[in-house]
Amino acid sequence: MSTNAPHHTIDVPYLARLARLEITPEEVELFGGQIGRILDHVEQMNKLDITGIEPTAHAITVFDVIREDRVTESLPKETILENAPRSANGLFVVPKVLD
Amino acid sequence: MSSFTPFTSIAAARRMLRTKELSPVELLEAIEARIASVDPKIGAYIERDLETAKKEAAAADLSKPLGGIPIGIKDAISVVGQPLQSASRILDGYTAPYDATAVSRLRAAGAIPFGRMNMDEFAMGSSTENSAFHPTRNPWALDRIPGGSSGGSAAAVASGTALATLGSDTGGSIRQPAALCGCVGLKPTYGRVSRYGLIAFASSLDQIGPLTSTVEDSGLLLNAMAGKDPHDSTSLELPDEDFTAEIGRDLKGLRIGIPKEYFVDGMEPGVRSAVDAAVKQLVSLGAEPVEISLPHTEYAVAVYYIIATAEASANLARFDGVRYGRRSPEARDLASLYAKTRAEGFGREVKRRIILGTYVLSSGYYDAYYLRAQKVRTLIRRDFDQAFTKVDAIISPTSPETAFRLGEKTDDPLKMYLADIFTIAANLAGICGLSLPCGFSNRDGVDLPVGLQLLGRPFGESRLLRIGHAYEQATEWHKRHPSLA
Repeated sequence: MSTNAPHHTIDVPYLARLARLEITPEEVELFGGQIGRILDHVEQMNKLDITGIEPTAHAITVFDVIREDRVTESLPKETILENAPRSANGLFVVPKVLD
Repeated sequence: MSSFTPFTSIAAARRMLRTKELSPVELLEAIEARIASVDPKIGAYIERDLETAKKEAAAADLSKPLGGIPIGIKDAISVVGQPLQSASRILDGYTAPYDATAVSRLRAAGAIPFGRMNMDEFAMGSSTENSAFHPTRNPWALDRIPGGSSGGSAAAVASGTALATLGSDTGGSIRQPAALCGCVGLKPTYGRVSRYGLIAFASSLDQIGPLTSTVEDSGLLLNAMAGKDPHDSTSLELPDEDFTAEIGRDLKGLRIGIPKEYFVDGMEPGVRSAVDAAVKQLVSLGAEPVEISLPHTEYAVAVYYIIATAEASANLARFDGVRYGRRSPEARDLASLYAKTRAEGFGREVKRRIILGTYVLSSGYYDAYYLRAQKVRTLIRRDFDQAFTKVDAIISPTSPETAFRLGEKTDDPLKMYLADIFTIAANLAGICGLSLPCGFSNRDGVDLPVGLQLLGRPFGESRLLRIGHAYEQATEWHKRHPSLA
């Protein structure tokens, strides 16, 4: 099964860019074949007539979960920043975005 | 020296604590001693904080329902002040700043979180081989996988190194490892237990649940964890319920559905015969067998791997090296900070699923894949709605096969995915599912545990536990344990 070339081909480098994921040429090759074969399997969905069927986003649907618009306590900023790879002056630090 | 022995149920340990036969600190020390002697072979635990747990045990309130009971927590579920990584390098250095609601409720019931349980990275996998830490081994055969993704949680209960653990189930990640390790695992109805503090994989499918050595114990943990939580808008407001209330009642008048699509050729023969025998056993206990059909079963794996990867690609976008966890030291600018951090931090299976999820959501493919999968999901859900007008529970194997060898499927993800066929539909339909031991299958000359799956209608956990308990009490499977000497 895994030795046959898949019917589906996908543009792995383009998708990896969309996903902000650097990948190696080896991974492009590997994922292209594996995902192609998964999509070949997924194709069986096309046998079904889905005319007029509503999509399900959540199986047990709840509507209009609302709460009072009130300020409540949240975690202290210092606690959150303790997990940051870099922070200073109460802010996350990232590489320069604008020159 | 305490009289505690491994494989004691929570219910029995509670009696020992209440009668002062054992103190909570002695219980914890006995468990730690068992972990120290057995877990180096198994690798169920990532890490333990014995000192913190001991302090909590010393202060345990034994009047509470789970007073003094240590519970292992899957590494995807937040325990305040403890490291949390979903077994991923991308969360190196992360400490949970708060308790998951499931954990704070267990604490409110007197329990003590103890130990981070190993898992597949971000709960993506069926073998616990995708952990960034180490693989976990099956207690019944050390060259075999324990199932996954909650493989550490299952292997610990099955090797007597935990009384009970928490897992999470997105496509079978509680039930399948429970089956392969020979313990009990319960996936509650979607919305029954708050997901707040669970690292998200696929938000419309994820649910936290217990892994235990007896059916009753799963009910005890669900009692503590269930209920509406303002922090999770998908958790549901339902009347308070004692999930153990039906336990002990007989099965007369209950109808058990046997879905013809779940009993097909290609299943491991020993699995088939164990489940056939379990059906007979349930009938002899008074249940009425009813043949049913779930006609869209064959599409479940396809639908699942579209929806779960789509949701995962969105959920995992938050791991970008900015706010928590790892940051690549190679980053030159913001774009390379994202791309390099994610490249270094995520393992192969996670990358593969992010790319597939990105593809099915991308412009021009959304309707053909994601939207279509959501529509077929409706058909799968309707299959169950239909079935539950005729039956009280649906019976099947949990997995078509017993534990395979480490490395056996790592090169063929589709093969790994197809083995999830019996567990996936319950997550798509949002219903509850229980796996419990129903015998052994001889595979390659080794006897390996087989799991029986019972599926119930939404919010039907009490009924499932009643059926599971009746079966358990009529059989000896749950009394058999691996020899790890």
